[in-house]
Amino acid sequence: MTGFGLVAYATYLPQHRLSREELATALGSAAGRGDRVVAAFDEDATTMAVEAARRAVAAQSGQPVSAIHFATTSPPYLDKTNASAIHAALGLPNDVFAADVAGSARSGTAAWRASLASGGIAVLADVRTGLPGSADERAGGDGAAAFVFGDPSESIADVLGIASLTAELLDRWRGPERPDAEVWEERFGLESYEPLIKQATERALGAAGLSHVDHAVVTSPNAGVAKRAPGLVPQAAEVTGSPIGHCGAADLGLGLAAVLDRAVAGATILVVSAVDGCDAFVLRSTDRLAGRRTAPSVVDQLAAGGTVSYPTYLTWRGQLTREAPRRPEPERPAGPPSFRGDSWKFNLAGSRCTSCATVHLPPERVCKGCGAIDAMESYSVAHRTGTIATFTVDRLAFSPSPPLVSAVVDFDGGGRCALEVADADLAALAVGARVDVTFRRLYTSGGVHNYFWKARLLDPVERN
Amino acid sequence: MASNGIADRVAIVGMGCTAFGEHWTKSVTDLLLDATSECFDSTPSLSRADVDAYWLGTLGSGQSGLTLSKALALDYKPVTRVENYCASGSEAFRNACYAVASGAYDRVMAVGAEKLKDSGFSGLLRGDPPGDGTAAELSVTAPAAFSLLDPAYCSKYGVDPDQMREAMTHVAWKNHYNGARNPKAQFRSVVAKEKIESAPKIAGRLGVFDCSGVSDGAACAVIVRAEDALDYTDRPMYVKGLSFVAGPASGAMDPAYDFTTFPEVVRSSQDAYQQAGITDPRRQISFAEVHDCFTPTELVLMEDMGFSERGQAWQDILAGDFDLGGRLPINPDGGLKSFGHPVGASGLRMLYECWLQFRGEAGERQLTNPQLAMTHNLGGRPGSCVSFVSIVGA
Repeated sequence: MTGFGLVAYATYLPQHRLSREELATALGSAAGRGDRVVAAFDEDATTMAVEAARRAVAAQSGQPVSAIHFATTSPPYLDKTNASAIHAALGLPNDVFAADVAGSARSGTAAWRASLASGGIAVLADVRTGLPGSADERAGGDGAAAFVFGDPSESIADVLGIASLTAELLDRWRGPERPDAEVWEERFGLESYEPLIKQATERALGAAGLSHVDHAVVTSPNAGVAKRAPGLVPQAAEVTGSPIGHCGAADLGLGLAAVLDRAVAGATILVVSAVDGCDAFVLRSTDRLAGRRTAPSVVDQLAAGGTVSYPTYLTWRGQLTREAPRRPEPERPAGPPSFRGDSWKFNLAGSRCTSCATVHLPPERVCKGCGAIDAMESYSVAHRTGTIATFTVDRLAFSPSPPLVSAVVDFDGGGRCALEVADADLAALAVGARVDVTFRRLYTSGGVHNYFWKARLLDPVERN
Repeated sequence: MASNGIADRVAIVGMGCTAFGEHWTKSVTDLLLDATSECFDSTPSLSRADVDAYWLGTLGSGQSGLTLSKALALDYKPVTRVENYCASGSEAFRNACYAVASGAYDRVMAVGAEKLKDSGFSGLLRGDPPGDGTAAELSVTAPAAFSLLDPAYCSKYGVDPDQMREAMTHVAWKNHYNGARNPKAQFRSVVAKEKIESAPKIAGRLGVFDCSGVSDGAACAVIVRAEDALDYTDRPMYVKGLSFVAGPASGAMDPAYDFTTFPEVVRSSQDAYQQAGITDPRRQISFAEVHDCFTPTELVLMEDMGFSERGQAWQDILAGDFDLGGRLPINPDGGLKSFGHPVGASGLRMLYECWLQFRGEAGERQLTNPQLAMTHNLGGRPGSCVSFVSIVGA
């Protein structure tokens, strides 16, 4: 129905899990079950968006990316575009449009609709925060999903129908200065959304010419909608919700991705997102879906991961201030050098000598291998794996979450540099251990987020 | 390397060195005055007015020659402030020596000083220009950077990590043993090996006893033409070799670098040996003051300087070869580890120990009839550093 089709998708879930049982014990509240998916201290909506977008771009069949629409309720910056960091991390040319769609969870739908209409990547990511003891803390989740819209003849799912309804509704709100949202009584939102969901579903199915679908995904920041979801969409053979707990602007994306991870060719999928109105999409998967899926799936990512303690989680979210090492805080990154070196800082691109092929990380003008001057080509190792040459655990260094773990990484195909190690399992650190790289936020100083790449230990069986 | 050297053309005829430590009551001005006063007081035939030019080495305890000229109220003399990381004091000395050798001046003074304990922070601080926030050396501390040597060395030579730990412990134990015999050292007590090994870890396997002392201090030397030396003292110390190397920092980007050596040290040692006519350093050098910023550093230096075969330093250390009574005493004054490491002062402090040893004034740690000594000063970190080596003789 448009000039663009969904050609690839991917998700990213962080490695860390907060036990709801530990949370309940710590706060003396009702016992909880299961885990909450938690972004690490060095992750934010932008870094997780980069991870998901990298996977999605890798999954599509070599088409140029035409735009980035980045949706989040937790933008790391205001008054500065966050999508430009994603654009830089992907190493895209400067004629690719990149913009944020930030604010409410409905931003996810907005990014989706913009990408569907004009092509490009809708990348949806969120770190959901709430006060200790809140439902958002307990039931939220952090993650990202990316959807690439391109050549419809390459689509993995065709969009058959769309309906959007808008309502001015005081169900959930948050001032720009606050980390925690406020909500009205749950039943008020639920009972206001019910007719909107019914109407949007009927309109979207009508536009698609369908009366029933194989799968429905229903997401909403209103907890009552999530609980009642099966009853709200009787047209679906199966109704699922958010796979990780409400994830803001990324929630509908993660819900849809979890269905795409297992849907058969020709399956019909209804996506319903009830936020300040209701949006409904109807899709039908194509026979290209199975061959275009990216590992790891949502289910596999959920099953992986390790536990983070509640005090550490609170520290990561800035809700528990702990004694720091007796070291100065780092200087904020400066604008001009970051801009001059943006291909290094954001895309891990060094230089490779065109005379002798020596790789320099970061880029140099004079070759350390043969002495040639200005005979370099740009060379990114952002998609490369490597091996740890040596490593250390620095307990003296400043870090938002000590200790700082650092490794000297030798990249496959050439090049070496020292990088911090993300999500480091100290027991698995070893000379010879295999790593890939991940885009992270090293620290924030003077209001500036210091984005750069870190090494990440690969499982004994390498990640894709 | 193409160094002509200035062997036996200049000599040290007077030195001074403050006690190193946490001098809460002294400023860098006080330390500069204390060190230079000791030098002038012990060299009666030389007054401040006789010194033609000064070089001041400091990492960050002052900028420009004014730091020294103001402190000593110098009478419109040339004062050059030198910064070359932890080798700043050695660099002040090297350049001062060249000034005399060139004939530009007859009498010069090299001073090194650092006031570290005013910051309130642990370890060293850096004053770097604004950057893009990606440089590992800005986030990873010095102990962490040097701790990289440990797993790399074990891996390359198949050394059991426990034996490596023993060797590192022996270095710390030995330097504390020596420092306990030095009235100017920051740490003046013998430390049990069990205590060294069980200390809280700072970085990698390095505990607090594997790290040099963070301290305040100053040291200085007066340098004159060799032929004039006996006018000032009956026991001058002659400069036989001076070498300095700034590496291309290729270890940080070259996978061929394996973190078990400092190529800069190898180059500067060989250059200094050549200048001084040393062909068999193990036998010709009586003792050495080396840059033991962290215990694995001293271990690797033994191999880079040719004192041990590759992969053997850990065994030589455990055999006691480098102890005060060993075949080649290393850091008889306690080294950075025990004497302390007020950055800009350390290079001149090393020379001060050579001065005392050659004069027979080293007290409890006096070596028997030393003839040639080596000082070695390192700045930076494995893979990306500067290295200074001097050879001095009685």
